[in-house]
Amino acid sequence: MTPELLIGSITLFVLSIFLGVELITKVPAMLHTPLMSGANAISGISVVGALLGANVAYDAGDTVTSGILAFIALVLAMINVVGGFAVTNRMLNMIAGKKRGA
Amino acid sequence: MLEDWVSVGYLVSAIFFIFGLKNLGHPRTAPRGNQYGMLGMAIAVVTTIIDMNFFPDGIVGWTLIGSGILIGSLIGYIMAVKVEMTGMPEMVALFNGFGGAASALVALSETWKWIETTSPEPGLGATVAIVAAGLSALVGWMTLSGSLLAMYKLKGGVEIFGKWIRTPTWGPAWLNPVKALLFVSVLALIYLSIEDPTNTDYIWAIIGISCVLGIILVLPIGGADMPVVVSLLNSLSGIAAAFTGFIINNSVLIVAGSLVGASGLILTFIMCKAMNRQLFDVLFKSFGGGEKQELTRTKVGSDADEVAMMADGAQKIIIVPGYGMAVSQCQHQVKEFADLMQDKFDTEVKYAIHPVAGRMPGHMNVLLAEANVPYEQLIEMDDINPEFPECDMAIVIGANDTCNPAARTGEGPLAGMPIIDADQARTVVIIKRSLSVGYAGVDNDLFYEDKTMMLFGDGKAMMTDLNNAIKDL
Repeated sequence: MTPELLIGSITLFVLSIFLGVELITKVPAMLHTPLMSGANAISGISVVGALLGANVAYDAGDTVTSGILAFIALVLAMINVVGGFAVTNRMLNMIAGKKRGA
Repeated sequence: MLEDWVSVGYLVSAIFFIFGLKNLGHPRTAPRGNQYGMLGMAIAVVTTIIDMNFFPDGIVGWTLIGSGILIGSLIGYIMAVKVEMTGMPEMVALFNGFGGAASALVALSETWKWIETTSPEPGLGATVAIVAAGLSALVGWMTLSGSLLAMYKLKGGVEIFGKWIRTPTWGPAWLNPVKALLFVSVLALIYLSIEDPTNTDYIWAIIGISCVLGIILVLPIGGADMPVVVSLLNSLSGIAAAFTGFIINNSVLIVAGSLVGASGLILTFIMCKAMNRQLFDVLFKSFGGGEKQELTRTKVGSDADEVAMMADGAQKIIIVPGYGMAVSQCQHQVKEFADLMQDKFDTEVKYAIHPVAGRMPGHMNVLLAEANVPYEQLIEMDDINPEFPECDMAIVIGANDTCNPAARTGEGPLAGMPIIDADQARTVVIIKRSLSVGYAGVDNDLFYEDKTMMLFGDGKAMMTDLNNAIKDL
């Protein structure tokens, strides 16, 4: 890794934090829970790292432990992602459904 | 070269996350926001799988990858579909813990690769990866243990061998220096592991201390502060993902992780502001369980028939729900009451929602939506407060601090907290088990006013009685 690459990553990190702060300003109370669980599902993005880590030849035997750890990470991240989005969807349907029905 | 285009896939995915979060903040666009989030995640996963095809060996771990995706999706989907709306706070906390654990496990998996094959070449790249792995472990394991404890706090307790054990809230002042000490020692261990990245003693120590930190951070935090903690943990799980991005040098992890980290923090501050407390005070100055005011006054309770008579012919009723409604699960009875009043007397019924009512951001909204209360009737504090003077009856269900006029005096623990002006209504009905003080430990003058009627008892039982009394009118 070159220093330039590191600075690039840190820039990305800092700017994304500022962007995240700007994105969420005034949120009505009704959306606090869905927003939280939707954001929570997005934090399951470590699924990408888990996929890369789980890409080991299980039979080859050289990085078995590492592969298994990544596999557990993959399962947990997928629960987080799929469960999180599904739960958010359910909540939003409930709220949006009310709007039309009322 | 297709390899070079892989980063573009991650960029597109990051853009969807940004639009997703943005849209989730507005009622009209929220469902679309959630779909953008899903799309972004799908793009990230597909991009990664395509990317792995270009590795020298291609994808060699299909079994692990395929079964991992399948098992995780299945469990997550089943849990999400089965959970009751009332169990939503616990579910969000649990998923949150899983997210933190996943990030920390990816970090551990990378570290283990160094142990099983070769340590990284000393240099800038290695230092960054090792430090990031340490930080990701710190935040990730802390999120897991903290979220699990938060989940049991939201549940109220845990059943072990058929015995119900209440989740304790405990935090003496000396615990704060301990937290600081543990935090510094993890940083020291990370520093040590730069020289010796494959030392498993360091790794286990970091994991162990981080788990303990998560527990002692959440342990002292009592009921009413839970919304703050839950959204703070949400923020931390994002930060953990961002640190993991630094280990594997992946831009989408850094971007998505820090977006969630920052937006979670903003939500945390919204919660703090609604309670007029500083985040620092919530975390390090536990005030529940502190000195509670002695009750010196008494009040004679009313009964449901009396309240029903007062409600007879009311033009406008405002219901003020609190955590007590969530505990007794009486949202359906509340909705039935509103329907009865509407049918019988054509009464206008509204709900006053305090931003921190309940144990999770937006807790009351989720519960009432589950009971099919039209969301136009759920009015936020600032908008409903001017309506109380012209309201015939305010019904406070299991709330206390959020409508305690002591907050206006500018003294005591509640000073300056924005409250619901239930005391401005012509009649106030309070459904509560006893006169006991709320979380802030301050006696509530509202209970003793002449126009206030106390219905002592469980929310569900009292609402059922009240509904029957209304039917008999």
